[in-house]
Amino acid sequence: MISSRISGVEAKKPIMVAHEVDFYYGPAKALNQISLEIHHQKVTAMIGPSGCGKSTFLRCLNRMNDTIPNTHVSGKILLDGMDIYAPGVDLTLLRQRVGMVFQKPNPFPQSIFDNIAFGPRILGLVRTRNELAEIVERSITRVGLWESVKDGLNQPALELPLGQQQLLCIARLLAVQPEVILMDEPASALDPIATERIESLIHELKVDYTIAIVTHNMQQAARISDFTAFFWLGDLIEFSATPIMFTRPQNELTETYITGRMG
Amino acid sequence: MSQIIQTFFDQEFTKISSDVVSMGDLVNQAIHNALIALIEQKSKLAQSIIDGDKEINGLRFRIEEACVQLLATQQPAAGDLRAVIASMHIAVELERMGDYAAGIAKTVILMKEEPLLKILKKIPHMGELGCAMLTDCVQAYTDRDAEKARRVVAVDSEMDQLYHSVFERLVELMAEKPDIVFRATYLMWCAHNLERIADRAVNIAERIVFMVTGDLGEFE
Repeated sequence: MISSRISGVEAKKPIMVAHEVDFYYGPAKALNQISLEIHHQKVTAMIGPSGCGKSTFLRCLNRMNDTIPNTHVSGKILLDGMDIYAPGVDLTLLRQRVGMVFQKPNPFPQSIFDNIAFGPRILGLVRTRNELAEIVERSITRVGLWESVKDGLNQPALELPLGQQQLLCIARLLAVQPEVILMDEPASALDPIATERIESLIHELKVDYTIAIVTHNMQQAARISDFTAFFWLGDLIEFSATPIMFTRPQNELTETYITGRMG
Repeated sequence: MSQIIQTFFDQEFTKISSDVVSMGDLVNQAIHNALIALIEQKSKLAQSIIDGDKEINGLRFRIEEACVQLLATQQPAAGDLRAVIASMHIAVELERMGDYAAGIAKTVILMKEEPLLKILKKIPHMGELGCAMLTDCVQAYTDRDAEKARRVVAVDSEMDQLYHSVFERLVELMAEKPDIVFRATYLMWCAHNLERIADRAVNIAERIVFMVTGDLGEFE
């Protein structure tokens, strides 16, 4: 009867695949059999109420939860086919490939230059001071901050406005050439102008990077992502192309949540 | 999931949907009166339909403005988003249906007291069908009933057949009796307006299906 439908998003191949992931904080199960794909050079947003497991899942993607005592994960998470929870995985290398941006900007109490230079130095990505300076300039330029900070690279990073600190943290990540960038509420501490800059940057970065983002702001998820995953009480309720999710979600619980009717 | 309080969106959308229903009723009344004015050749009634079209147009803009404000301030998603978008479209379709009713009324005034042609008997039937389609649309909108909306399409094919039969008969008559060309042409305008009213009703039905199911497209 109906001859056309709203189109979804063309998916490229997944760079990360989660398969039946369970996660426990002590005896409490926080994630229940989560299976989803993070698509290459796409933005995947994770939404859901507080405590639904979205941040826990995000932190599973680069084993950030390993630092929390008395936790346990099962199932599989593959990065380009490699099981990231397999014995012998180099966590430094994993977190270089799958970097993370946090809710609160967390620059090191060092100069702007040293913040960006930190990763390349530790990982031995550069041989000369010139190469390092190039990476610093390229990374800061990529986040649109170069004009603002180029004359003050030796200034303490913590003296930058909060929005610029967050951009700097993203630049610090880019300096180590990650493949996947995880963002946990990256704009929730920022004002609307700084938020807009972060969102524009996310759009711009997905040309080269894959991004997975947790956000409480549903409109932000709608604006910036290609795919959206809705979590509820540790379950993945729905995973859809974002235009579908926000116009005709398939699951009634999703509809209830994104229309703000969840009691 | 229990709903503790009605959301602000629901409160505001209730006003919009109530306006859409009122507008549908006004348009239905206008079509109905236009037919009476045509059959009984009542110029005063025809003039009242033309005057009443302003109220219909006013409602259309009120609905559109309320929808724009709701989109801007509440950023609705999913079913809520579809309901607002569908209501905006339906208001525009209803406004055009009102114009067609006013168009028939203008023709009635142009025809003055010229004797009507016999062919007229199929035209009231077209009018009744148009009104029934609109009534079903308004009911389907209120009840969020996609199946009822889909059934409106079946009636449209009957309307198309009637229109073609009226059209062909009028052309025949004009060929036979050149002195009735003006009267026949006026009636053709009326029949055309009624056929267009039915097409608009189908558009509304499509919007209701989109609102309820998310399926966006033209009925085949």
